[in-house]
Amino acid sequence: MMTDCPLLDVRSVTKMYGRRIGCSSVSFDLWPGEVMGIVGESGSGKSTLLNCLAGHIEVDQGQVFFDTRSEGMKDTLLMSEPERRMLSRTDWAFVHQHARDGLRMSVSAGGNVGERLMAVGARHYGNIRNEAIDWLGRVEIHHSRIDDRPTAFSGGMQQRLQIARNLVTGPRLVFMDEPTGGLDVSVQARLLDLLRSLVREMGLSAIIVTHDLAVVRLLADRLMVMKDGYVVESGLTDQVLDDPQHAYTQLLVSSVLQV
Amino acid sequence: MNEYNFAYLDEQTKRMIRRAILKGLAIPGYQVPFASREMPMPYGWGTGGVQVSAATLTPKDTLKVIDQGADDTTNAISIRKFFQKTANVEVTEVTKDATVIQTRHRIPETDLSDEQILVYQVPIPEPLRFLEPSEPETRKMHALEEYGLMHVKLYEDISKHGAIATSYAYPVKVEGRYVMDPSPIPKFDNPKMEMSAIQLFGAGREQRIYALPPYTKVVSLDFEDYPFEASKAEHSCELCGSHDSYLDEVIVDDTGGRIFVCSDTDYCSSQQQIIKEAV
Repeated sequence: MMTDCPLLDVRSVTKMYGRRIGCSSVSFDLWPGEVMGIVGESGSGKSTLLNCLAGHIEVDQGQVFFDTRSEGMKDTLLMSEPERRMLSRTDWAFVHQHARDGLRMSVSAGGNVGERLMAVGARHYGNIRNEAIDWLGRVEIHHSRIDDRPTAFSGGMQQRLQIARNLVTGPRLVFMDEPTGGLDVSVQARLLDLLRSLVREMGLSAIIVTHDLAVVRLLADRLMVMKDGYVVESGLTDQVLDDPQHAYTQLLVSSVLQV
Repeated sequence: MNEYNFAYLDEQTKRMIRRAILKGLAIPGYQVPFASREMPMPYGWGTGGVQVSAATLTPKDTLKVIDQGADDTTNAISIRKFFQKTANVEVTEVTKDATVIQTRHRIPETDLSDEQILVYQVPIPEPLRFLEPSEPETRKMHALEEYGLMHVKLYEDISKHGAIATSYAYPVKVEGRYVMDPSPIPKFDNPKMEMSAIQLFGAGREQRIYALPPYTKVVSLDFEDYPFEASKAEHSCELCGSHDSYLDEVIVDDTGGRIFVCSDTDYCSSQQQIIKEAV
């Protein structure tokens, strides 16, 4: 699919916490079907940036243009709240690091997946349930677990359920905050595999925040490295990881344990 | 004798409550915050309903108080006595003679007229509360009309029980806008809410008042393939034989014996009267 405008156009987004910098004049484009990785150490402003882009926290300066279905490029920061919330449950998705933050723990798996459908007006129980069963299958959760609560699921399953819940309305842009954090390595590998195939299949664009370089190596087309609220280096993932230019990126790449 | 101001509350407080009631009537189904007062009864005993009744009553009114349909239960009797003492108003058990009816968890079987006001006691006014614990968030959801979550609750019901098992406090949508908790009335009563009387809802502990003007459109939420059903026990009343009134199940002995009787005592006795006269 060739288009001549990016899906997301971020222009000098700045967020201050009092006199401290959250993130400072970050600009980038994200094209349809592209996966952008944001790496950096704790406190480098990557989660702040993600929350700014997703509209969870207020931005001090800058613009975030999104290619809306009805009106084309539109600054999401100037949208009214109903409009932005509508966007965040249709065209956008947000995968939290802790599945508990993104799931309703007291609602069954099927209800969790169905919530976004019902939020956009689905009112046929049978259809909602079939869709939920289909999506549980796609994230490798057996359909017999549809009426179980997420509290009865393992960490990896909860994370996959969160992904199903987010993707059920066919979003075009997914924000992911450390999607593999807190999972053991074999579960991480499976989740990454799943994410990669979903991103490819659905032609999703994604912004993935992580401190795990292996995650971006596998998933991301492009990479931004953040430090102290600034983007210090950006480029194609392989290029940045194989030939890091900035001192901090070099440190980051050399810090990865080789097994 | 009257050491109390009329209907217990002072005039300024009643004005404040009336303002909330008027606002509630102007925005049907919207929960209006009000400065709920402490009443000489515990929370959960109808402090909200009592304050709304106190602000609504005039010396010429005739009051009826029911608790689960009955006129002769503790809650009903104590509230009735409270207003007899503090407002010195006429009281009655006959639905059609009353001008103000305070109710806990039922709508009378007898149709109400446009001369009457029905006051509900509400424990938890927020229909979204058990799904979304945050008050700022639920207010935002009401403001932005984001009611998908309400259907998640019904979805859970069907997936667990095979049918919508919510049988009381069944959520309704008012005039196509606000989702409202009808207080814990049985869902059998939901269709009756489109009526000619004014309906006022008072939640004392939660400090909210909301209202339905006469003939307001009230739709019970449901799914296309699981439509709303105003259900009741599949029996007729043991005492009056009525088939279409809401029934209470009463255990009568230690060996599992049970009977079904009308929960609306006034309706039941009037039906019995009709039968007696016919014989």
